[in-house]
Amino acid sequence: MEGLLFWSPAVVAVGAGIAVFRVDSMARATYALALSFVAVGLELLLLDLAYLGVVTVLMMVMEMAIMAVFMIMFMMNSAGLMPMSMVHNRRGALALSVGVFLSLAAVALLTPWPERRGTVPEDPTRSVGTGVMETKMLVMMGVGAVLFTTIVAALVLAASRSRYDVRGGRR
Amino acid sequence: MTVEAAPAWAALPVLAALLALASAAAVLDAASPGGTAGAAPRGPARAARPLAETARLLRQRRHTTAVRDGLLWQVGVAGPVVIAALMVAVVPFGGQVVADVPVGVVWFNAMDVCLWAVVWLAGWSPDSPYPLVGGYRYLAQALGYELPLMFALTAPAVAAGSLDVGTVVEAQDGLWFVVWMPVAFLVLLVGVAGFSLWGPLGAPGGGDVAGGVFAEASGVDRLLLLAGRYALLTAGAAMAVALFLGGGAGPWLPGWLWSLLKTLAVLGCLVVLRGRLPGVRPQTVVRLGWVVALPVVLLQVLAVSIVVVVEG
Repeated sequence: MEGLLFWSPAVVAVGAGIAVFRVDSMARATYALALSFVAVGLELLLLDLAYLGVVTVLMMVMEMAIMAVFMIMFMMNSAGLMPMSMVHNRRGALALSVGVFLSLAAVALLTPWPERRGTVPEDPTRSVGTGVMETKMLVMMGVGAVLFTTIVAALVLAASRSRYDVRGGRR
Repeated sequence: MTVEAAPAWAALPVLAALLALASAAAVLDAASPGGTAGAAPRGPARAARPLAETARLLRQRRHTTAVRDGLLWQVGVAGPVVIAALMVAVVPFGGQVVADVPVGVVWFNAMDVCLWAVVWLAGWSPDSPYPLVGGYRYLAQALGYELPLMFALTAPAVAAGSLDVGTVVEAQDGLWFVVWMPVAFLVLLVGVAGFSLWGPLGAPGGGDVAGGVFAEASGVDRLLLLAGRYALLTAGAAMAVALFLGGGAGPWLPGWLWSLLKTLAVLGCLVVLRGRLPGVRPQTVVRLGWVVALPVVLLQVLAVSIVVVVEG
């Protein structure tokens, strides 16, 4: 049962990842990628990392939804239904990506992972957070706020004289 | 009131309740002035309009556009109903919840973000201009209300010290969160209207673009899309009840009945207000979302955090 729970999202993740390069429409490619990320998020749930898993789904779907708009805006007609290929340099790209996938998979399989010492912590998400950035937690939180403020400020500056300008144009 | 996981079969009655409440919303919508029944005369026929419409759509033959993307269209059409069901799965009814997820609040949020994808796909896949405009409008509006909505969901979670919807319900013993975080409650309701293409935020399905994302939908597809919209509204109301109105807390009646009645009340307000509020253009939604709602709801979260620290 546990094997099935692991393997079904794993197959979907890799399959949808391959589909990104097999389909001929930008919308299909984008949402194949989104599906792949959702499957990865489900895998995180299996690690008892509920928060990280659900947030992965949240962030990735949001990101793909916005990405689709930009990709279609810049890469094809506005309706986006014109068939197109996601692949350039077909042979080289294929060799490179298969090589990277195999080497990463080999690293995951061949690394002598340490045996578990102790038991599963009460809250694995908290432990991962502490493990990754224990002493830098305050800095990371500060950086998060600064980044967010920067994005908002940049948007405000960029949009102050845009089409929807309060003083100039129509509201 | 304590909240615990319900047996697996509880998914069926909850799903039935979702559909029943969504149908009730459709009937109320048709009966209220400015509702879907349009100029139909007052009386029982008016309220029965959704029933007649359902029968008509079930029998109607599907019209399709010339070069639509069938697979993505199906995702877009089935998506809203499925997502509404996934949303209510984490909402406690009385003392029981179908899916006892420790991060239910984030789950709800993730599901409403999945709507970005689904509604845009429904707008994009027919390869037709009006639905396309509707789909893009939905995304644009979402960028406006999503952050305020996220922080509105954060406020009760901060107060309860947990992302578990059940724990949030339990934390409201004595004082409902709506009393001391009314702004977050209102912003949540606006967000619910937003992701349900409802009332003032209904521009993605607006009449000025011939029905927007609904424009090319016919037959069962249209039925699913319209039902999904009412189901989403219901799921949003149910979540608002759990997070702000004490969930199933109340005297005399059993908890699940209180949950149901409160959800019906919130849903009723959303439906009745629909025809009484002016539509807002998507760019205005974005402006109001970032310039008004976001600062205000951030202040609300700040106030809640201060109370939690001081009380803590």
